[in-house]
Amino acid sequence: MTFLAQVQNPLNFPTQPTQTDTFHLPHVEYSLLLPELIVIGGALLLLLLSALIVRRRNINVNTTLTLITLGAAGAPLFWRWHEYRDHAAKVAKLSPSVAQLGSAVAGGPPTRAVVGAIANDGFGIYVVGLLLIVAALGVLIGDSWLRREEQARGPEFHVLVLLATAGAMFMAVSNDLIVTFLGLEILSLPLFVLAAYHSRRAIGREAAMKYFILSAFSSALFLYGVALVYGATGSTNLDEIGSFLAQNVVTNGVLLAGMGLLLVGFGFKVAAVPFHNWAPDVYQGAPSPVSGFMAAAAKVAAFAGMLRVFMTALSALRLDWQPLVAALAFLSLVVGAVLAAVQTDVKRMLAYSSISHAGFMLVGLQAGTLDGVSATLNYVAIYSFMLLGAFAVVTVASSPSHDVNQDLRDYRGLARRRPGLALLFTIFLLAQAGVPLTGGFIAKFDVIAAAVNAKSYALAVIAMLSAVIAAFLYLRIVLSMYTSGDDDAPIARDPALRPSRAMAVALAVALIVTVATGIIPGPALDLARHATFAF
Amino acid sequence: MTGFPLLTALVLLPAAVAAIVAMLPRTRLDAIRMVGLLGSIATAVLSGYLLTRFKVGAPGYQFVTDHVWIRSLGIHWKLGVDGISLFLIALTGVLFPIAIAGPNVDHDVKSYIVWLLVLEAACMGTFLALDLFVFFVFFEVVLVPMYFLIANWGHGRRDYAAMKFFLYTLAGSAFLLVGMLALVFLHARGAAPLTFDFVTLMKDPGVSQATARWLFLAFAVAFAVKVPLFPLHTWLPDAHTEAPTAGSVILAGVLLKMGTYGLLRFDLGLFPEAAKHWAPLLATLAVIGIIYGAAVAAVQKDLKRLVAYSSVAHLGFIVLGTFAFTSQGLSGGVIQMINHGVSTGALFLLVGMIYERRHTRAISELSGLQKAAPLMAAVFTVVMLSSIGLPGLNGFVGEFLVLIGSFGPHRWWAVVATTGVVLAAVYLLWAYQRVFHGEPVGDNAAMPDLQWREKLVLAPLVLLIVGMGVYPKPVLDRINPSVNELVHHVQAADK
Repeated sequence: MTFLAQVQNPLNFPTQPTQTDTFHLPHVEYSLLLPELIVIGGALLLLLLSALIVRRRNINVNTTLTLITLGAAGAPLFWRWHEYRDHAAKVAKLSPSVAQLGSAVAGGPPTRAVVGAIANDGFGIYVVGLLLIVAALGVLIGDSWLRREEQARGPEFHVLVLLATAGAMFMAVSNDLIVTFLGLEILSLPLFVLAAYHSRRAIGREAAMKYFILSAFSSALFLYGVALVYGATGSTNLDEIGSFLAQNVVTNGVLLAGMGLLLVGFGFKVAAVPFHNWAPDVYQGAPSPVSGFMAAAAKVAAFAGMLRVFMTALSALRLDWQPLVAALAFLSLVVGAVLAAVQTDVKRMLAYSSISHAGFMLVGLQAGTLDGVSATLNYVAIYSFMLLGAFAVVTVASSPSHDVNQDLRDYRGLARRRPGLALLFTIFLLAQAGVPLTGGFIAKFDVIAAAVNAKSYALAVIAMLSAVIAAFLYLRIVLSMYTSGDDDAPIARDPALRPSRAMAVALAVALIVTVATGIIPGPALDLARHATFAF
Repeated sequence: MTGFPLLTALVLLPAAVAAIVAMLPRTRLDAIRMVGLLGSIATAVLSGYLLTRFKVGAPGYQFVTDHVWIRSLGIHWKLGVDGISLFLIALTGVLFPIAIAGPNVDHDVKSYIVWLLVLEAACMGTFLALDLFVFFVFFEVVLVPMYFLIANWGHGRRDYAAMKFFLYTLAGSAFLLVGMLALVFLHARGAAPLTFDFVTLMKDPGVSQATARWLFLAFAVAFAVKVPLFPLHTWLPDAHTEAPTAGSVILAGVLLKMGTYGLLRFDLGLFPEAAKHWAPLLATLAVIGIIYGAAVAAVQKDLKRLVAYSSVAHLGFIVLGTFAFTSQGLSGGVIQMINHGVSTGALFLLVGMIYERRHTRAISELSGLQKAAPLMAAVFTVVMLSSIGLPGLNGFVGEFLVLIGSFGPHRWWAVVATTGVVLAAVYLLWAYQRVFHGEPVGDNAAMPDLQWREKLVLAPLVLLIVGMGVYPKPVLDRINPSVNELVHHVQAADK
């Protein structure tokens, strides 16, 4: 049950529990919210420290504290994950079908917290863990960018990243549309500021403005969708909506309209065509580390929210949303890939290709199966590393021009100036293209497998063909790095393109994950499967 | 059978050597070349050892290794070799040292050698895989090193050619991937565990007749691009012509065989009934390819492009033989795969040598080379005659068997295809006449003859051409049991 339902129950639906009209505070299981609380606490601590110790604003301290915060937030996840998985394994042994349906079996850890508004399940743990890693990589990449651009004024960058992460984490564990909306807003607001973080760049401010307006617009639509769904079902709680729809046939258009608006809202956040127009401008205008963090964190969080809403609350309407999601997937795949191929700005290319990747993730969702959910999770996880790796390289490669020259021409001959960097970029790009023995292939493979298993043959073929168009784009970038027009020129390493230590760590992590998941895909796939096991 | 994982070693050895080369300092050119060459020779020795240990006369797979790779998807690292793949392995083993030792490149030698070795590992994996997933992985991985070889060390419009090659094949693979997954999931629908194991799937694909026909096409598109079968061949002339010599040798010698091998192994093995259903279509496209390839080759102005188009014609013969479903046709097809690899590989090497000396491949600018380089002309003659299919040389054995084998089931196709043999003689002899006969004009007179390194590189190929032409029995003895089993498998499928 929800706050709203407790306060007021005008329609008196049969699923509503009989409740007194006295308002009482819900019980909050703080221990289950520990990761979120630690991240927010860390952000506040950083602000406090900078206020107290005005003189010694040291970026090293900020970065270190941020990483410690993220690590501390991740620590509780480990034992919760084991607790969850052991229980899930027990359930699976008792009766596999029960585990598939995700119904709670006595004796396990509580699956819901804070009066059902928060879900404590493997899915949440997985996504929260992923978001913490994404944030850590974002901070590491941002660290060297801040130094280079002399933007290390205070801890704002780190604080904003932490707060955005906290919002994303709430979206991941939310079991209530209102909490999802709050998470969405907490995630988005810091991102607007981050997009305009560079104090001397007008283009960043333009990007932030565009992002802000379109995002506010989509938030409004999302909220309207929440209201309509509440109107139709009498609840904002995902479980209650789900059980209401399972027991009642709702024929009026209010529910469908609400569902459509929710889809539009999520569509904006994941930049699915036709709600994608903000993405290229924002990715291009925002500082490269921010683009990377934004693209990864927002996609992870939005897909987590989307999977939850559509697979639990609205799973009874599957036949209604599947064609819509399939249409979004189709458009994103094709339009994203085609428009990416005709760009000349590398960051815009990555932006459009991320639209195409969103299409792939939607292919997993439209399958409407648990396989599809775990495939989408796996895709978004592996994609985050490939994308952050690519943006890390972009950050380094554009250092002589301070992040401005991102044209394909500026990458010409990078292989001569910095062979290692060019090789890294090549690996990240080929992984995004889905070349086997990289994580990108496994991600695509799993999603396509889920789609084929759900008999969406046509969409699967279209997805793979759009990957061919996308491959053209990645190869264009690769080609420009390896052609300088002068093959005989000796290799002259450009010291300006040397990655800093923090950057090197970020690159190494992204590289290891990208390659390791390709060569030994089992653990990554199992992790995603276990996470959706008792979804 | 020994405890030594021979097949895994065949894949990992070149990859390991590639890693070693990658760690060598960039400036130590001799060391890089030497390590690369020794690594590929060691792989060749290993494949030779496989050849000697292969049990003759036994159908089925030998030296099978099977390890779980991805448990949740039922994917296994399963490798095996039978009479069909055996000689493709050997061919890969022989051609790579030649490609590495033969032509030189003038820049970035280290990455060049690394890519070649990576390519060798991927080629080995493709021919050895008995798990559909493993096959697909290697089938795709092959594209990356080849892309870089063409794009970084190619000629002329190399960017365009490399891109075209990559995208064409990738587009074909899109259908293969979806078809493969559909097959696997439909197979598992009957409560069977999820498996990508080719042998299990071949025994009982568990799909309806109509579905099998669609899946056959999905697989066939991917392989037809790779072969390449008319009308999906347009990437080939560009890629072959613009690739560096070693790239052309491997592309023609090994990579094209992945297409015909895929058709033979997977399309026929998994969907025998559908194969029979679609055989007229495939055979027709093959014959069109034979005639079209030959006709277009005849009017080429560029010597390398001529050889490239001749591949379209030759590969047409292989496909024609494959879809005859007779043991002569199939074993002719398999032998023709080897022959084409050897003779076209040698032709590309020779064209590359001419280009290195004269910096042109235009037929009109070459003349009278026989006078300037008699030994080269002699080798060219032997290789060319093998490519034409002169009795006594290897090319004859394959083409003859293919034509005999397909005469029964596809009489008129075989009749038309025979004219392809005549056309091959026309374009090759005419080209030879223009390039080697007559008086050397201008720079042609001063063209140096073969050097010892080039002789060494060409010698094994010439030996193979003559040896397999005179005495093909050892090869056929090893191919036939597997081919007969496959023919039986196809014929037994209910019509």
